[in-house]
Amino acid sequence: MSTTQIDLETAVKQAKDRLDEHTYNTVQRHFHDSTGCPFWLSKKSELNFDPLTEVKVYDDLKKFPLFEDDWLRGGPVERWRMKDHADRPTYVFETGGTTGVPKSRVVVDDFRIDYEVFSETLPDEYFPKGGNWLMLGPSGPRRLRLAVEHLAQVRGGISFCIDLDPRWVVKLIKKGWMEHLEEYKKHCIDQAVTILTANHNIKCMFGTPKLIESLCLGLEERGTTLAETGITGIFSGGTEFTPQWTRYCVEELFGGPPEESGIYMTPTYGNTLMGLACSKPVTAEEKYKISYYAPQPRAVTEVVSFDDHNSVVGFGETGRVKLTTLTAEFFVPGFLERDEGEREMPFETFPWDGVSGVRPFHEIAAATTVGVY
Amino acid sequence: MLEIPAIRWGKPYESLETTEVVHFNTGEAIARVSSANGGLVSRDMRKAGEARKILKQFSIEDLIAKVAQAADLFENETLPLGSGTQTADEFVVHQSASTGLPEHMCRSNMQKNCFVMRNMTEILQCLTRGLDLNILSRGYGMESRGVVVSLQAQTPVLGAVLPSNSPGVHTLWLPVVPLQMGLVLKPGSSEPWTAYRVASAFEKAGIPKEVISLYPGGHDVGGALLTSCSRSMIFGSQKTIDQYAGNPKVQVHGPGFSKIFLGDDCVDDWEKYLDVMVESVYVNGGRSCINCSGIFASRHTEEIADAIAQRLGPIEPLPPEHPDSGLAAFTTDGVGKAILAMVQQDLEADGVRDATEPYGDRLVEQERCSYIRPIVAHANSPQCEIASKEFMFPFVSVVKCPQNQMIKAAGSTLVGTAITEDMDWIDQLTDATNIDRLNIGPIPTNRLNWLQPHEGNLIDFLFRSRAYQMPEEKVAALVAG
Repeated sequence: MSTTQIDLETAVKQAKDRLDEHTYNTVQRHFHDSTGCPFWLSKKSELNFDPLTEVKVYDDLKKFPLFEDDWLRGGPVERWRMKDHADRPTYVFETGGTTGVPKSRVVVDDFRIDYEVFSETLPDEYFPKGGNWLMLGPSGPRRLRLAVEHLAQVRGGISFCIDLDPRWVVKLIKKGWMEHLEEYKKHCIDQAVTILTANHNIKCMFGTPKLIESLCLGLEERGTTLAETGITGIFSGGTEFTPQWTRYCVEELFGGPPEESGIYMTPTYGNTLMGLACSKPVTAEEKYKISYYAPQPRAVTEVVSFDDHNSVVGFGETGRVKLTTLTAEFFVPGFLERDEGEREMPFETFPWDGVSGVRPFHEIAAATTVGVY
Repeated sequence: MLEIPAIRWGKPYESLETTEVVHFNTGEAIARVSSANGGLVSRDMRKAGEARKILKQFSIEDLIAKVAQAADLFENETLPLGSGTQTADEFVVHQSASTGLPEHMCRSNMQKNCFVMRNMTEILQCLTRGLDLNILSRGYGMESRGVVVSLQAQTPVLGAVLPSNSPGVHTLWLPVVPLQMGLVLKPGSSEPWTAYRVASAFEKAGIPKEVISLYPGGHDVGGALLTSCSRSMIFGSQKTIDQYAGNPKVQVHGPGFSKIFLGDDCVDDWEKYLDVMVESVYVNGGRSCINCSGIFASRHTEEIADAIAQRLGPIEPLPPEHPDSGLAAFTTDGVGKAILAMVQQDLEADGVRDATEPYGDRLVEQERCSYIRPIVAHANSPQCEIASKEFMFPFVSVVKCPQNQMIKAAGSTLVGTAITEDMDWIDQLTDATNIDRLNIGPIPTNRLNWLQPHEGNLIDFLFRSRAYQMPEEKVAALVAG
């Protein structure tokens, strides 16, 4: 066994120990009468075990039933507020919501912490400190807009935003109003181009894959390129990523890998419930394979068997993505994402499980409108 | 296994995403096809103008000759295909294996494509109504009656989102290259064969490969193609038709709802026309939009339904290589069952009778595919839901309907065969705007005369006729030149 392997094994063990300890502390906090939120304190009585005494390590979370995201719909949202956060300024962020009551998540500090953690993973060479940001993503009651703004601020920059209502985009698709959809996309890109060409010293941006593509094509139509606007770092996410799209983006829209084009893009995976999973650097040598690693111990992604959601599949095997969130203000013990993928090995930077090839879960993919903005 | 790349203006592009084309009966993978992505298409379309520039270096006459040469290559030769080659026989086997269509039908569709490629001069003459083809190339010219005309190309390329389940539609886009326009095709996921083989034959016949792009892929590819090409065609369902209705950039080809009308003056002799009716329903596995899905008559409808059922009802699926195989397989899991459930719902309505009921179960499920045996329904009136339905297998409703209500009750009809000698009614049929192709007399709906301008005339779609005035001396020079 090589030294590197021993180091990795040690790192994996340390990460696991840290996760167990973090799990214990988080569960204590969420189920203690002095700190817990009304939802979990009330749920405790429905459980056939006592979380305070019977959850000692991460694996003990399997005792909980799967988290149902429908629990997040409707009010009062205060039921999710931790008792010791009652006096803290509170945000509510929504997810989905094209029809019916959207899911809500109450947040005090989490989005800031998540993005500060994420900030540590960004290479300064391409995401220069002090550089300003463009937020080319959804506006409205979404966490992403404020999170990106905080990310920019943490790194000493200012974030410029556009107006983009993803719920209207979904409606346009459902109605089949494709011309309106195109016009709305142009409207968003026009806003972005206006910002990028107004001398704001923008170096970094967030964008969804589709909007990055549209922006690059829009700039080309105007006789310029993304590189010429001064952008060097892109953090992308929000919708499904594929290796082929990433390759197309790097090779054709950016003009080559970072060392040639000067543009570095890092795909991410996440949502309002979890936060942000980073990707292992994506390279042509690895055929643009995208492997995500959750920000453990604050959140954990596992790839579980389609039949047994408490059983992790083997490395390289396919399963459903299961998410666990363990922060001081939000507890999600096992939520089945609407995605599937392959389980990835830990590595030095992230010595815990990852997931690659993320795509809509095959059983519900046909009924889902993905990648809408 | 064949590896088939996307083709970007003649250059192969191996995608990181691929889909397998599998044999419907054995599950064996026949080819692995690269999937493009939408953005790639949109970006490539920026260079669409080059395709027309390249093709305009050839005369239309020259291109017609090359396409005719391509017909021979398409029909007989071993041609490059991705990582390997494909013989003509392999083409037939591959197409049958992935679409479920019997091999003899694939061969027949192949011949149909070749006919169009070989007879391009005549077909273009018909589509242009005898116009000097140089006018299309130059953009203006002198008509034979001595008037300056201009036909302005509306696009440098034609885009087409091709179907997976109906290899007979390719004839519609074949005349595009001779019109000096490039081709941008999204082949159907189960039927990449024709588009690739035509491209290969064109190249071998001397047509520059840079004028053709082939983008297999998902819905985003189709969407990007339709958005970025100034003119494109798509083949799909009624939903697709509704979605693109009124979009001048997109020509939609969907269900045909083709019909046979038996006039009161002929209907008592209906037995004489039984062969015409059976052929119209059954040929090509009932998969074409030109297959008859409705037979309208004012009397004898029960007898007609029973007589057709007697001919079609006993038909069983046969292996695809069998020369008498007449039914096409549904190659996607559960599709046959789902379609039959829809038909059965309509068959249970009041006033409807399944004339094929005595001939046994209609659904034949095999390990990896399913078949639906022919269904002949009798409907007491055109108000019955089933009277306005079309399905992808030999299916027809024989509808009892007074002659004076038939035209209106027929609704949208791609091919209408009216068996009558009643001149007043023929006049009404001629004026009926809901009937596209009209046959007067016992002509099966599937027998198209390619030398007749047809639905969605390609010239009207790709060119715009406009006023073009010139001083008289220039007109004279034009005449002289």
